[in-house]
Amino acid sequence: MNKKEKISQVTVISGKGGTGKSTIIASIAYQLKDTSILADADVDAPDLYLIFEPKETEKFIYSGLKLAEINKKLCTECGICREKCRFDAIEEDYTVNEFKCEGCSFCFHACPEKAIEMVERESGIFMSSDTRIGKMIHARLNPGEESSGLLVAEVRELARKEAEKEKMKLILIDGSPGIGCPVISSLVGSDLAIVVAEPTLSGFHDLKRVLVLLKYFNMDGYVIINRFDINEKISQEIEEFCAKEFPVIEKIPFNRIFTESMIQKKTVLEMHSEDASVIDIQNKLRNISNSITSHDKIL
Amino acid sequence: MQITIASGKGGTGKTIIATSIFLSHDNAQLLDADVDEPNCFLFLDFDYKEVGKAQVLVPEIDNTKCTHCGICSDNCEYNSLINLPGQVVVFEKICHGCGLCSFLCPENAITEKPRTLGKIFFGKKKELTFHYGELIVGEELSTPVIMKLKEYVQQEKELVIIDSPPGSACPMVEAVIDSDFVIVVAEPTPFGLSDMQIVVETLRRLKKKFGVIINKDGIGNDELENYCKEEGIHVLMKIPFDMKIAQNYSVGKTLLQASSNWKSQFRELIDKIRGVVYNE
Repeated sequence: MNKKEKISQVTVISGKGGTGKSTIIASIAYQLKDTSILADADVDAPDLYLIFEPKETEKFIYSGLKLAEINKKLCTECGICREKCRFDAIEEDYTVNEFKCEGCSFCFHACPEKAIEMVERESGIFMSSDTRIGKMIHARLNPGEESSGLLVAEVRELARKEAEKEKMKLILIDGSPGIGCPVISSLVGSDLAIVVAEPTLSGFHDLKRVLVLLKYFNMDGYVIINRFDINEKISQEIEEFCAKEFPVIEKIPFNRIFTESMIQKKTVLEMHSEDASVIDIQNKLRNISNSITSHDKIL
Repeated sequence: MQITIASGKGGTGKTIIATSIFLSHDNAQLLDADVDEPNCFLFLDFDYKEVGKAQVLVPEIDNTKCTHCGICSDNCEYNSLINLPGQVVVFEKICHGCGLCSFLCPENAITEKPRTLGKIFFGKKKELTFHYGELIVGEELSTPVIMKLKEYVQQEKELVIIDSPPGSACPMVEAVIDSDFVIVVAEPTPFGLSDMQIVVETLRRLKKKFGVIINKDGIGNDELENYCKEEGIHVLMKIPFDMKIAQNYSVGKTLLQASSNWKSQFRELIDKIRGVVYNE
């Protein structure tokens, strides 16, 4: 693939939840709407649909792991399946606990009566939609489902297809909190990670773990400190800690405009305000977008 | 009684509420099941030591016995094994450790070896005991770490509190599935409401008793509270949005350090929940 055709990918993560990932990426996506596609990969708590009110154009069913089903007519209650299952998914009355079953199919293979079948389950949906900022890819994992990382992979792939179709050069992915499987999956194929941190002991601790993860994947990252004025001392410590390796590109103060814009279903950049503090925040958000598009690895 | 503190959205205040409830009691256990990003320990000045490891059993192939028949890789539901000419490659990180491959291998060429995904730490002060799990950075599977952590539940405690990871996927289910009651911590914003609705749906499917604490009350709008009213969901408590609380939180202080009133309020809350759990 030559350089012109390459599509860049940026994932926004945070480690700790509630640091302001989604509100910040919403503004970045608004600013870069002519050149990018937005994908919400926080599949078990998606929120961007509340800002962009997507109109679905294509919808796909996501089947994750299978589910064991016991045919009571054939089952002799011999106990082999209960003994073999390492997830305690088969109850005393030989029914399968769908929340515990990880779909490994050990019971299916071990059952001497062939009384167990592995059935497909609908674990969620993923969609391509039209919004006022162009195409958006989003998904919804069914409550309590397994394997959110695989659904995140579907979201990523659909976003790539749409980006090719729409001739967009950038995919913006809103990741989920944590450092486990959905987060790792949202980072696959990314050229740059944006980490939204908050200046609290918890936020700092969680940030450090996320940065270790980025190092592990040898990925470049920029850090944004949100609500930096809640604790300026910790903010400074974060800046010193991140130093050159993961530069802090912007510090955003606490401001009610973030919640206010969410209530109005707008990005912060779409809010009209004469208030100098709001204008300052809007400028900072534009600066973040500019920093992303001028990063070496973003074409 | 075992309760779990959950939330759909991250950052709603689960951890500060879990630690505040914990420190309001004299005989209680706290388990931090947010193993991706455990934070409770930052709010407690306990000394910690490692007491256990969360492991899954992953396959190890004996190449002298393997005939490359492909049965293991064909049947692995997680695609953790690939049968290549000359060797079977194991992707340990995505292996759920179900044991099927070693069971099916006709040559007995597969043995299992433990692989560590996370660690369990423990600390205590008088009759307050605290365990937390920590996923090793770079590992993908949080749920086995939570399962291991739950082996440390001390049933004899008057109160066991589990701090759940955010979201509504499998790690959250693992943290709530055998609790008597779930406290959902929500913030009154559109994102907070949307994420809480997913948690409510999950808890209803699990047939769990639950109530809501509205945290940072006043920061957004009334829609979350209206939703609770319409759905007949019990709002257990409201904690106002307060910059002072946010600043205290930033340096690892619980609500108890902000005002002594919270201790009695949390004790009353737990008594009320006990009534709901046992007297219905």
